[in-house]
Amino acid sequence: MSVLATQVGAIAGRSITRTARQPASAIPPLIFPVALMLINSGGLKASTLLPGFPTNSFLAFALAVPFIQGALFSTMNAGTDLARDIQTGFFSRLSLTPIRGAALLTGQLAGIVVLGVVQAVFYIGTGLLLGVDFEAGAAGIALLLVYAALVSLGFGALGSFLALRTGSGESIQALFPALFVFLFISSMNTPRNLIAVDWFRFLASVNPVSYLIECVRSLIITGWDAEALALGFSIAIVLAVVSLTAAGWALGQRMERT
Amino acid sequence: MTRDNSIVVDKLVREFKKGPRAVDGIDLYVAPGEIYGFLGPNGAGKSTTVLMLTTLLPPTAGTARVGGYDVRKEGAKVRSVIGAALQEAALDPLLTGRDHLRLQTMLQAVPRSERKARQNELLERVGLTEAADRKVKGYSGGMKRRLDLALALVHRPSILFLDEPTTGLDPQSRTALWAEVARLAREDGVTVFLTTQYLEEADVLADRVGIIDHGRIVAEGTPGDLKAEIGRPSVHVLPCNPEEGPRIMELLSSFGEPLSEDGDVAVRLRDGFGLADVVRAMDGEGVVLDDVELRAPTLDDVFLAKTGRTLEGAAGAEQDGEPAEARVRRR
Repeated sequence: MSVLATQVGAIAGRSITRTARQPASAIPPLIFPVALMLINSGGLKASTLLPGFPTNSFLAFALAVPFIQGALFSTMNAGTDLARDIQTGFFSRLSLTPIRGAALLTGQLAGIVVLGVVQAVFYIGTGLLLGVDFEAGAAGIALLLVYAALVSLGFGALGSFLALRTGSGESIQALFPALFVFLFISSMNTPRNLIAVDWFRFLASVNPVSYLIECVRSLIITGWDAEALALGFSIAIVLAVVSLTAAGWALGQRMERT
Repeated sequence: MTRDNSIVVDKLVREFKKGPRAVDGIDLYVAPGEIYGFLGPNGAGKSTTVLMLTTLLPPTAGTARVGGYDVRKEGAKVRSVIGAALQEAALDPLLTGRDHLRLQTMLQAVPRSERKARQNELLERVGLTEAADRKVKGYSGGMKRRLDLALALVHRPSILFLDEPTTGLDPQSRTALWAEVARLAREDGVTVFLTTQYLEEADVLADRVGIIDHGRIVAEGTPGDLKAEIGRPSVHVLPCNPEEGPRIMELLSSFGEPLSEDGDVAVRLRDGFGLADVVRAMDGEGVVLDDVELRAPTLDDVFLAKTGRTLEGAAGAEQDGEPAEARVRRR
């Protein structure tokens, strides 16, 4: 095994071990999004009666939201984990080894991606148990898992960037509500074309989170919608590339060694 | 060719933005296999020096060679020959001791076939074999420090940096760590650069001591030489009646220069005077004493002589004196 692969494996192993050993941080991303989805499904069920609503099951419509909400938890988990390493000096310990920045970042994010995929399996399982039909079938579910990994990677890298810049877990937690604002001003509860308030429809239309949600939603309630998939995957890829680049740069600054 | 285990520092400076000169042009030399104690109060510049010598903080000016490599230009080579346990054991509470060693052996590129044996060897050396599979969050302070030391030794470094390794440890754990550090130097020939604010630690462990204050080295030498430099012992008297203190001090001042001590009256004896002279004089004047003691010079006396303050007093006064950037860097 190459040196880089060994280093990535070492950090990834640690990241996954940490995730497995702290259920208190792994459970909220599973429970809260599903709970919110169930509450919304109960309260907003009548929305399906609106002319043009894409499905008669609000649960199927809302099931897309936990995927993105769970990914936002990834931001916080990745950020707070890394910030803790910086605060405790563990990061300095790693800096004293021959580890490469790429290995540190990739390994650190591996646990977040694994958690993102586990979350996605949980949401899909919950949907199936509650009787949601996945229009895109088994292949669509498989694609959803890939998409979940990609979105978790993007948001996880964003969290890592914030941690590397601030070095403070508290700062990451303070930013978390701000990230949630993006979720709430999206098409999470209503299709964009049915939003009656102009300014809200505008904000939802320029908010990339809407397209991340609609990509998942298309696989659940529409089937194979090329436009929704292209938009969702493009945004997820751009988010991942930009966040990873920013995190890589911030890591270089933080790991400044002579 | 034998490996150069020395540390050579020449006019090393570190300035922080909007802050003081944390390290102000220090020169020092640590010989191969030597234990060098870097003694000073909080905020004196000890940790900033360690961060520069371990390549984690670029110097503002000056040069330093560690293991024969320039810390500015050959950082990766420096890191390959050093081990470091920085202030406060930097451990992951969710990992076990063995997890930490597994991670470290992988990152330090210990060959796969040797990793397990190395992990077990180090666990045994620091007495953590039984606790190896317990999460670190259940470890005592001493166990964490011992694991920290084991992690620093994974790749068999020839130079070891220990930044206040025994701060907060109980006497038993402290003694055990001292024994291990001494063994590393004596048996394995490891050069040890040890920062401490404990006089006893420097006195017991270090072959030579450098005393740093406000970023400058104010004294350097073996503990014995430094104390000999102060030379004369001091006499400390505890009067039965505290109100007699001024009168006793007046009597004592004919034997030496007064020292400011809490609770007792003390003088540093001038040449030609001994404890017997003091006792005879007190007796002659009918002074009743609770206690009288002759003390050999300590490193604290050296610190006092060089800086005008006791080490303990300086530590209190400078508790928050370390530049914030150095603290952040260490994190």
